[in-house]
Amino acid sequence: MITFEGVTKRYPDGTVALDDVSLECPTGRITVFVGTSGGGKTTALRTINRMVEPTAGRVLIDGGDVRERRPAELRRGIGYVIQHAGLFPHRTIEDNIATVPYLLRWNKKKARAAAHELMERVGLDPSMARRYPFQLSGGQQQRVGVARALAADPPIMLMDEPFSAVDPVVRAELQDEFLRLQAELHKTIVFVTHDIDEAIKLGDRVAVFQTGGRLVQVDAPEDLLAHPADEFVAGFIGQNRGIRTLGFAETGGLRLSDDAVFAGSADAADAAGLDWVLVVDADRRPLGWARPADETGPLAEARLVPVGATFRAGADSVRVALDAAVLSPAGLAVGVDETGAVVGTAGGADLLAVPTHGLAGRAAADSAAAEPADTPERADAPVKGGAGD
Amino acid sequence: MDIDWGWIGDHTGTLGDHALIHIRLALLPVLFGLLISLPAGLACRRWQWLYAPVLTVSNVLYAIPSLALFMLFIQYTGLSASTVMIPLTLYSLSVLIPNVVDGLGAVSEPVRQAATAMGFGTLRRLVQVELPIAVPVVIAGVRVAAVSSISLVAIGQLIGQGGLGYDIIRGSQLQFQTQILAASVLIVLLALATDAVLVIVQRLLTPWSRARRRAS
Ligand SMILES: Nc1ncnc2c1ncn2[C@@H]1O[C@H](COP(=O)(O)OP(=O)(O)OP(=O)(O)O)[C@@H](O)[C@H]1O
Ligand SMILES: [Mg+2]
Repeated sequence: MITFEGVTKRYPDGTVALDDVSLECPTGRITVFVGTSGGGKTTALRTINRMVEPTAGRVLIDGGDVRERRPAELRRGIGYVIQHAGLFPHRTIEDNIATVPYLLRWNKKKARAAAHELMERVGLDPSMARRYPFQLSGGQQQRVGVARALAADPPIMLMDEPFSAVDPVVRAELQDEFLRLQAELHKTIVFVTHDIDEAIKLGDRVAVFQTGGRLVQVDAPEDLLAHPADEFVAGFIGQNRGIRTLGFAETGGLRLSDDAVFAGSADAADAAGLDWVLVVDADRRPLGWARPADETGPLAEARLVPVGATFRAGADSVRVALDAAVLSPAGLAVGVDETGAVVGTAGGADLLAVPTHGLAGRAAADSAAAEPADTPERADAPVKGGAGD
Repeated sequence: MDIDWGWIGDHTGTLGDHALIHIRLALLPVLFGLLISLPAGLACRRWQWLYAPVLTVSNVLYAIPSLALFMLFIQYTGLSASTVMIPLTLYSLSVLIPNVVDGLGAVSEPVRQAATAMGFGTLRRLVQVELPIAVPVVIAGVRVAAVSSISLVAIGQLIGQGGLGYDIIRGSQLQFQTQILAASVLIVLLALATDAVLVIVQRLLTPWSRARRRAS
């Protein structure tokens, strides 16, 4: 655990970069520092590895003051990733990654072996080992930067806007891989970003910094969205706070309806009265949406509109499901299980009735205690068409 | 103008000896210059205020005619090789110091900070990160200094230090064009060869530099 105890940093020119910051970054978790530019995020990060010495207060790692350790020694046990990777242009990729092992005097063979293993871990082709950084794309360089920070297997990783210099598609990719990697490695990570979406996606805890180096709020992302501490945090989180809250609502408790699900062998007439039906094959894999009114004969031969986005029932969030509902011609989100078989469909109202940690769920529950009854009612109705079994 | 090929044929050995003396007289000062410029350049980066005065002094030195410097040093070092090499060393500084400073400046801030954050100490960072990255710019300066030194050193014959300068002065005293021409052509060839060697050295030292993409 990394502990900030009343840390203040005042630069010689009078700038207060950190103002009495107290904070805990739990072991094995990702703590994200987010906030306005100049809010002191980088400064706070650098007090951990002593690249910045606090004017007052102290920083502890597992209870020990970082000032009791020699900077170079301390830093070799803390991985560090920066925005523009900061790779050494004169060293090959493998030697860049093996930087800290070399400093720790591992033998060359062991250091390179570790480097090669890490290249695979972060999704780099091992054939790149002998290349130089300028021969890599920005996204690849960033992966090398992450591998380099991980090379000596430090328990702590500091990451200063590591993904902000790459395009959004690559960024999303890097974020997903980063989460996958963290699920295996369980490092204590402090991650700086100015992007609130990134903070919410990656953080187990999110710390919001305001200009002047004031720490305004530290909370789990869903609590931050639901209960911003003040106007500043609310403003920083932005307009789509409600929708974002749904990203933390689970689809596990959702009751999916089979009403609109029909087997391909069913006749269009069976579905009379329904605007759209979801046609599935013998394994309940979705074939597409059909309009019964326009068809005669078996639905398998109907003109089908592709299903497009679906959501994994129980695994994806309500936000993903809602997205699928909005994109579907029928206005219904298609829930599938891990094999891709259709579990059922849900409409926008069903999705919004799911309780969330946040205001959205609470509001729904409070304002209409009777309303939730509306949803099960439909799910309980006899299933028409019987999916042709 | 007639060229006496026969004379050249008879004197290849002497000309070769002169060329060797010439190159030694010319390049040792560049080496000394480099040895002075590295710490001077480092100091100028460490203490920024130092750079402007250092640059002014080395430029002023460069502006003093070589003959005047020879006369000055004759008082101390007599008619020795040092009297030629010291001024040439001083001249090389005006190219080498700025290039060392620029070379170290070519190390980007993220790279410097990454090195610090990985746990490099100041000295280790300098030797393993900053100096290697400065090499291309420093060598570019060495190329200029070496070529100009090779052409300047001919004047060393004025105080009897030999080299190909001897053949140029001797040739003009005897009004023997062939000797002047042969020595001049050799000087140009020496300069070209030195430059080529330095380019190769740079490529070997910096396979990573952008100028040359190594297929791997
Ligand atoms: N070496 C320094 N000397 C003086 N002031 C500094 C120094 N480093 C940072 N500051 C100031 O401290 C404040 C906090 O800087 P810091 O880099 O920690 O902000 P940040 O939150 O990381 O911002 P950004 O999102 O732009 O990276 C800023 O006002 C900055 O100008
Ligand atoms: Mg910053």
